[in-house]
Amino acid sequence: MEKFTVLDGLVAPLDRPNVDTDAIIPKQFLKSIKRSGFGPNLFDEWRYLDHGEPGMDNSKRPLNPNFVLNQPKYRGAQILLARENFGCGSSREHAPWALTDFGFRAIVAPSYADIFFNNSFKNGLLPVIMPAAVVDRLFLEAEATPGFRLTIDLPRQVVVIPGGQEFRFEVDAFRKHNMVEGLDEIGLTLKQSDAIRAFEDRHRAAQPWLFV
Amino acid sequence: MQPQTLYDKLWSSHVVSEDADGTALLYIDRHLVHEVTSPQAFEGLKLAGRRPWRIDSVVATADHNTPTRDWDQGIRDPISRTQVETLDANIREYGAKAYFPFLDARQGIVHVIGPEQGATLPGMTVVCGDSHTSTHGAFAALAFGIGTSEVEHVLATQTLNMKKAKSMLVRVDGSLRAGVTAKDVVLAVIGRIGTAGGTGCAIEFAGSVIRGLSMEGRMTLCNMAIEAGARAGMVAADDTTIEYVRGRNFAPKGDHWDRAVAYWRTLKSDEGATFDKTVVLNGGDIAPQVTWGTSPEMVGSVEGNVPDPARIEDPVKRASLERALHYMGLQPNTPITEIRIDKVFIGSCTNSRIEDLRAAATVVKGRQVAAGVKLAMVVPGSGLVKRQAESEGLDRVFRDAGFEWREPGCSMCLAMNDDRLEPGERCASTSNRNFEGRQGAGGRTHLVSPAMAAAAAIAGRFVDVRKIL
Ligand code: SF4
Repeated sequence: MEKFTVLDGLVAPLDRPNVDTDAIIPKQFLKSIKRSGFGPNLFDEWRYLDHGEPGMDNSKRPLNPNFVLNQPKYRGAQILLARENFGCGSSREHAPWALTDFGFRAIVAPSYADIFFNNSFKNGLLPVIMPAAVVDRLFLEAEATPGFRLTIDLPRQVVVIPGGQEFRFEVDAFRKHNMVEGLDEIGLTLKQSDAIRAFEDRHRAAQPWLFV
Repeated sequence: MQPQTLYDKLWSSHVVSEDADGTALLYIDRHLVHEVTSPQAFEGLKLAGRRPWRIDSVVATADHNTPTRDWDQGIRDPISRTQVETLDANIREYGAKAYFPFLDARQGIVHVIGPEQGATLPGMTVVCGDSHTSTHGAFAALAFGIGTSEVEHVLATQTLNMKKAKSMLVRVDGSLRAGVTAKDVVLAVIGRIGTAGGTGCAIEFAGSVIRGLSMEGRMTLCNMAIEAGARAGMVAADDTTIEYVRGRNFAPKGDHWDRAVAYWRTLKSDEGATFDKTVVLNGGDIAPQVTWGTSPEMVGSVEGNVPDPARIEDPVKRASLERALHYMGLQPNTPITEIRIDKVFIGSCTNSRIEDLRAAATVVKGRQVAAGVKLAMVVPGSGLVKRQAESEGLDRVFRDAGFEWREPGCSMCLAMNDDRLEPGERCASTSNRNFEGRQGAGGRTHLVSPAMAAAAAIAGRFVDVRKIL
C-alpha cells in the first residue's frame, strides 16, 4: 500500500448526503476481475449523460456539465469533500478503487458507512471525519474560493485550512500506523500465526463440529 | 460475572489477540465467496505467493452475475462469463468445503444457500464480500460484510483486524397484525432510526414479535440491518433456530449435534445485559410499508402519502427529499395507493425463500397480473427453493396469474445481469435497496414485502394487502 503522510490537495465538494457505493461505481463495472481502471467510471451515472457500460471509450461520451467533477476548476482534485453517511450500501471495494484511480487520496465528511470506511484504509484512501459544522464551513469556502486546498497531516491528525487554522481529527492507532508506514496488513497478521493456531486448537476443542 | 449480550458472547469467543488500543484479531469460522468480490482477492493471494489458511471454511457460489433464464445457452455476456469462470478456476485451484457453481441444482444467492445447507450455524463468525452477510445473524451468529482486501485477509489468515462495535437493542413488542411481515418490521425500524441509525453498532433484534418469527422472517430482518447502517444484525438462538438447522447438509451430526445444541442454547443476551442504545417498537402499530424515495429510510405506511418537502425545515434534508421525489417522479402528498407500477420483482436475499414465495402465492392465487404491468417475475433464492416451490405447485399459481418463473440468482436486485428496469420504470420490489439506478439506470424502486409486491402486481398499483387477503 502507498504510504500516506501529509497531503496538500485541491478540494472538490460533492454536496449530497448518503452517497452510496452504487453511485460511486455502478454495478456494470463490477464485472471486471481487476483492481484498477475504475477511475473513468467513478460516479458514472452522474458524470455522463449517456448510459455507461464496460468497454466503452469514455473519452467519447457526453459529460454532464453540471456535475461537480466535470468542472474544470476541480480538475486534479485529490480531496473529496462530502456529506454524512458517505459510502453507504454495497460493500464493493470497487468504490475506493474508483476514487483512488480517479486521483483522490482523502475524503472529508461528517460520517461514513462502516464497510466503506474500512475499505478506504486498506487502499490508502484516508476518510477524515470532521464535525458537521466544520464540513458546512468547508463547503462554503470550497464553493466560494477558486483553487481551495486543504492540507491533511495524518501523523499529526490535523486538517489545515488556508490561513493556517487547524482542525484535529481522530483515527484508530492501528489504521494510522498501517497507513503512515504503508504496511501490508496480511503480512503483519501472519506474524501472529502461532497465536492463530493456538486459538484454533482451543476453538476446535470447544466446538469440534465447526471443523468437520 | 457481568451479564453479557449475545454480541459480547459471539465477539469474545472469537478473539485471537487484542491490542492496547482495542483492535482485536478476530477468528472467522465461515467464509462465503461469490464471483464479484473474490477475483481480486485470489489474485492478491497468488501474487504474494500465499496459500489459504483453512480452505474448508469456504463455501462458494456464483449468483450476482448469472442469468435467470435460458440456462442452456450459458452466460452470454462475455465479461460476466469471465468473472464466473474465474471463480470456477480459483475454486479448482484452491478448493472449498462446498462449491455450487452456475447450473448446479443447489446454486443460488449466497445468503440463501448458506443457511439452507447448514453451512451457517449458531455461534459462528460468518463473513462474505457482500454487505448483506448480516442475514446470517438470524442464527445467533456474528455475520458481517467485508471488502475484497478483507476477503484476501481472511483467505490468508482466517482472521480480521477489527474493533468491537457498539451494541444496540431493537425490541419489537406485542404482536403483528395479519398481513404484516418481517419485511414491514425492518422497514419500519429503518424508518424510525434512519439509514445511519445503526452506524458503528451491532443490532440485536428481540421481543415477542421477533421470537414469533420463522427463520425466514428473522433472515429478512437481519438482512436489512445493514440498511440501517449497522455492522451486523442478530437474533438469539431458540427452538426455532435449532429446528431449522436440524438435519441440514452441513449441520453437526450424532454426538456433535447434542453438544452443539447445548452450546447454542447459551447464545442469547443474559438477563440484565446492557446495550449502548435501545429502540422499542410496538408490533401492533406496524402497517405494511412502502418506500417512496431513494433510500430505505424514505419509507412509510401503505395508508400514508408521499411527504411534502415544503414541510421540512433542515435545508440539506429538504434538498435531498426534493431530489428523491424528482428522481422517483412523484408529487408531494400523493397517496401511496395511487402510485402505479410497471414491473414487479419478487426475489433477492431479503425475500426469495420458500416462506416468501408462499406468502406471495397466497395473494396471487386465482387472480391475474394487472394489464398495465409490463413484467412480473419471481426469482427463487436457490435451486432448492425453486424445486420446493414447484413441488407445492407455487410455480403454477404464479405462471397462471401471468408471472414469469425464473432460475435462481440475484437478478433484478442489483441488475448486473439482463434483468433490469428501463429508465423511468417503476417497480414493486421485495429487494433491499431503492438507491438511484440500483435496479437499472433511471429505474424507480419501491421496497415492499412479498405479499405487498404480489398485491401490487394484481392491482397495478400499491394496495393494502390486508384488504385483499
Ligand atoms: S440478492 Fe441483492 S442484496 Fe442479496 S446478495 Fe444478491 S445482489 Fe446482494
